[in-house]
Amino acid sequence: MSGFDKVVSSYEEALAGLEDNMTVVAGGFGLCGIPENLIKEIKRKGTKGLTVASNNAGVDGAGLGVLLEDKQIKKMIASYVGENALFEQQMMSGELEVELTPQGTLAEKMRAGGAGIPAFYTATGYGTPVGEGKESREFDGRHYILEEAIIGDFSIGKAWKADKYGNLVFRKTARNFNPMAITAGKIAVVEVEEIVEVGELDPDEIHLPGIYVNRLIKGTFEKRIEQRTVRSA
Amino acid sequence: MALTREQLAQRVAQEFQDGFYVNLGIGIPTLAANYIPDGMQVMLQSENGLLGMGEFPTEDEVDADLINAGKQTVTMVTGASIFSSADSFAMIRGGHVDLTVLGAFEVDCQGNIASYMIPGKLIKGMGGAMDLVAGADNIIVTMTHASKSGQSKLLSECTLPLTGKGCIKRVLTDLALMDIEDGKFILRERAPGVSVEEIKSLTAGDLVVPDDVPEMQV
Repeated sequence: MSGFDKVVSSYEEALAGLEDNMTVVAGGFGLCGIPENLIKEIKRKGTKGLTVASNNAGVDGAGLGVLLEDKQIKKMIASYVGENALFEQQMMSGELEVELTPQGTLAEKMRAGGAGIPAFYTATGYGTPVGEGKESREFDGRHYILEEAIIGDFSIGKAWKADKYGNLVFRKTARNFNPMAITAGKIAVVEVEEIVEVGELDPDEIHLPGIYVNRLIKGTFEKRIEQRTVRSA
Repeated sequence: MALTREQLAQRVAQEFQDGFYVNLGIGIPTLAANYIPDGMQVMLQSENGLLGMGEFPTEDEVDADLINAGKQTVTMVTGASIFSSADSFAMIRGGHVDLTVLGAFEVDCQGNIASYMIPGKLIKGMGGAMDLVAGADNIIVTMTHASKSGQSKLLSECTLPLTGKGCIKRVLTDLALMDIEDGKFILRERAPGVSVEEIKSLTAGDLVVPDDVPEMQV
C-alpha cells in the first residue's frame, strides 16, 4: 500500500487490528453481496465478543452464520434473523443479544454513521417496541423517534469491481447495504471480484468513491443462493 | 366461500392503477403481480434495492446477484433501476411508493398492525415492514379473517407487539374488504357467498355495515 493504493495481499492483512469486543458493520442482504471471505477470515482469526450490525445474520453454515458456530458474536443488530436455527438457539438461551432494527432504520443508521450525523428522526417504529425508551418528537402532527447512528471499528463490504484506489462499482442487488455499511467503519475493508487499474473506471460510473475505503482485496466468491426460484423456459 | 390465495391476489390487483410503483410483501401480496391487468403499467419495488422487478429467471438466467426481498432469484424488467438499501427506504419513507401490500397477524380498528413477532414463539424480525407501514399512505393488509380455531384477527386492540401504530386504512381478508375510519372497521365488500352475519361474527373490533355491501368481483 502506498499513496491511494488500497490493495492488500492477504485476508490476514485485510483484517489486521480486528480485536475482541469490537463492532463490525457488514454489508449484504441475505447471502447476496456478503463479504463472504472476510467473514471466513474473522472465523479463522477467532475474534470473539463481537457486536455485528448487518441486515441478516446469514444461515446455518454460511455468511455470518459461521461466526455463531464458535460463539464469536456477542450482539447482533439486524432487521431479520429468520433462516438460522443456531441463531435462534443462542438468542433463546440468552448467549446472543439481539437488537431487532427496522430495515430502513438500519440502513439509515449506517448511512448516518458514515456521514457524520449522530442521530435522526424517523416515523418508523413509533408506538412499537422499537420506539420504547427512545426520545420522540412531533413534526407537523406526526410522531417520530430519535434513532442513533452506527459506527463500526471495522466495516466489511463486498463490491463487484474496484480500481486500486478503492473506487467501487456494485452489481445488481448485491449493492444493497454495502455502500452504507462500508462508510460506517473506522477501518473499511472491501473485497471485490475484480481490481482494475486506476483510470479504467469512468468517474461517472463509480457508486462509492475510494475515500471511504481503507483496504481492498480481490477474492473468489461462492455466491450461494438462498431461494433458487426459476420458471420454465 | 372464503377467497383462495389466488382470489385474494386478484382482488389486490384491482387496487393497481396505471403508472403505480408498488411494493408487494412476501406471500399473497407477491402473487398479485400475476394479475396486473393487460395494458396497465405497474412497477414493482423490492426493498433490497430494485425498482422494476420481473418474473422468476429461467435456469439459464439465474444470477446470484439479483434477488428480491424474499431472497428469491428474480429478473429485471426493461426500465428497471438498482439502488442501495438507504435509497430504497428513502423512497419508502419519503412516500414515493404508490401502494404497499403486506400481510399481518392482527389488525385493530385503530389502524394498528401486528405482523412481526409472537413473543416466545416467533422472533424473526420485522425486516422492512415497520418502514413500509410508517412510510406509505396507501397500504393494503392481506390476511385471513380468523385463525384456524376461529379467533378473530380483526380486533378492537392488537394483542401482539405492534409493527405500526394508526397506519392501516384498508384490510383485505379471505372474507371481506374493510376500511378503517374513526376507530371502526367499515365493511366495503364481502367474498362471494359469504354473509354479512358470518363476517360480523368473526370480527372482534367494531364493525360498521353499510346498507349495501356488494360481493367482490373475483
